[in-house]
Amino acid sequence: MAGLAGNGERPFPPGDYDAVVVGSGPGGLQTAYFLERLGVRAACVSRDDGPGGMFRALPIFQRLLSWTKPDAPAERGTREYEWYDHNSLVAAEPSHAALVAAEMDRAYAVPSRPEMERGLAAFAERAPVRVRYGCTWESTRRLDDGRLALATSDGEYRCRAAVFALGVTEPWRSPIPGIEHAPHYVETRPPREYAGATVLVVGKRNSGFEIADGLLPWARRVLLVSPRPVDTSVLALTSVRVRYMQPLEDSAAGGGTVVLDAAVDRVERTAEGWRVHARGTTHPGDHLLEADHAIAATGFAAPLRDLPGLGVATVAQGRMPALTPYWESIGAPGVFFAGNVTQAATGLRRHANVGSSAAVHGFRYNARVLAERLAATLGGTVPERRRLAADEVVPFLLGEATRAPELWAQKGYLARVVLLAGDGGPRDGGVVPLAHFVDEPGPDAVAVAVELSGGGEIFPGVYLRRGGRVDAHDLPGDALNRFDGDEHRRALAALLA
Amino acid sequence: MIDAESLAPLALFADLEPPQLHELAMTLDEERYPRDARILRQGMSGNAFHVILSGEASVRIDGSERARLVPGEFFGEVSILLGEPPTADVVAATEELRCAVLAGADFRALLLRHPSVLYRVLQTEARRLRNANRWQG
Repeated sequence: MAGLAGNGERPFPPGDYDAVVVGSGPGGLQTAYFLERLGVRAACVSRDDGPGGMFRALPIFQRLLSWTKPDAPAERGTREYEWYDHNSLVAAEPSHAALVAAEMDRAYAVPSRPEMERGLAAFAERAPVRVRYGCTWESTRRLDDGRLALATSDGEYRCRAAVFALGVTEPWRSPIPGIEHAPHYVETRPPREYAGATVLVVGKRNSGFEIADGLLPWARRVLLVSPRPVDTSVLALTSVRVRYMQPLEDSAAGGGTVVLDAAVDRVERTAEGWRVHARGTTHPGDHLLEADHAIAATGFAAPLRDLPGLGVATVAQGRMPALTPYWESIGAPGVFFAGNVTQAATGLRRHANVGSSAAVHGFRYNARVLAERLAATLGGTVPERRRLAADEVVPFLLGEATRAPELWAQKGYLARVVLLAGDGGPRDGGVVPLAHFVDEPGPDAVAVAVELSGGGEIFPGVYLRRGGRVDAHDLPGDALNRFDGDEHRRALAALLA
Repeated sequence: MIDAESLAPLALFADLEPPQLHELAMTLDEERYPRDARILRQGMSGNAFHVILSGEASVRIDGSERARLVPGEFFGEVSILLGEPPTADVVAATEELRCAVLAGADFRALLLRHPSVLYRVLQTEARRLRNANRWQG
């Protein structure tokens, strides 16, 4: 098994490290991989007995939403291919890349849960990413010297930086009286057990519609209830539409599915099943709904345990940590987050885009950027960035805007930087969070991000820092999304002149 | 997503019935900013509507404070309505600033769906215009 040394000894015994990563889902594996490559003295621990995190069990109906195209315009193993494969972890070595694509049976353009789990396990084995499995993080405290101490089932780990990659997978219920008695989404039973039954789902987000879609061939009726109406015009361009559209069509045609905009006042258990009291929002009026089964599809929380007591501020009703652009806790220095929970960092919000940090194809790049940041502060190896000739700067940046998977996945969140000042002329400054580049002082430099407007147009954004002041400029879009032609070269060169 | 209880005391939403308040709570996000964090950036970014839940924010033009915003007050709406970058920085002025935040793309729908919220936004804009006129006079 990945993570076990050949002699059967478990890696990373309790003790002192520069960094500790908690979790062995995609966020934890990706962060641990890059920390190891960058020479950071880091331990990785997980309560699970193997890699995969939430993909060892979820999604309930066993099919992911995000694409992986086994054959694509770019070759597997190349950096350009990453944009066509939204599920594999990324690696410097081509043999460790695109491993979810290798597992797919191509029945769909999105992998099944087992294919995803196998792809993650293959990454952990090949890289290899060493993990101390079966080691449960239990509590956290701040030491007198400022370091963190993590108590685990195996003993205490002390470190300067802790990276929590725990997913947003703890079942969470809205504060509705009685809903605590209803099974949560994660407790949904095999679909055949709902055959011929009326099922009431509280919640109309992704997980609610996943249940509705999965039960269409089985249930007699499915009732979905929550206050907010579904906006199909927004849904149409998102990956979750596949779960929404069939139940919505069924509802619109009166096929047995009911999608109701109503605030749920309380949920009651009855002798026959469940009764729900609700009040309409889109159309005012009281509703009394009866069902054989009720399921709370009201979302998830990050399992923060005692971290709020350490000063970790939270948002979203305590479900997620409030984060800086580099995914460090607001309120608890040295406490970092990786994986799905990095969606809590919203970035610059210059346009409509907020990045894709809730999905693997977004947070895998956050993990690399975070690892590089930690390497710089914890004494690891800071990646050597290449010098650029003066006439290389414009084509380099526009090439990144056209092809860099980091910038395409994390639109408006991550940016490629070129340092303009300093000895030896311009130098690649790597990929950094755009909000950090804009708000923190630094030498003269230029950053390029891929932006998405509210109208759906994709175009490069240029952020020029001179004399400590940053100005933003938008370059034009392009029908073929090529931003490296003459028009763009002239426009960027004029800005840099 | 935010809890409806955080929104209920705000004058901006005072006319909404509980079901509408619950619906609105699902549309808004909760965000927290440490002191000195920039939320709107003058001439650059801030495509969201912010309502202050706790803490204070400083409105700064070219580095000079022009106004102080307190719980219940809001900012970001002018930039969304005009489709232009903000004309001021808005910076967290207390140890922590907590806001309810609506993406700019959802602001029009909020106003059209809840005319009472639209009316109260207009009242505030009218007050701000009156005060600006007095100040200039």
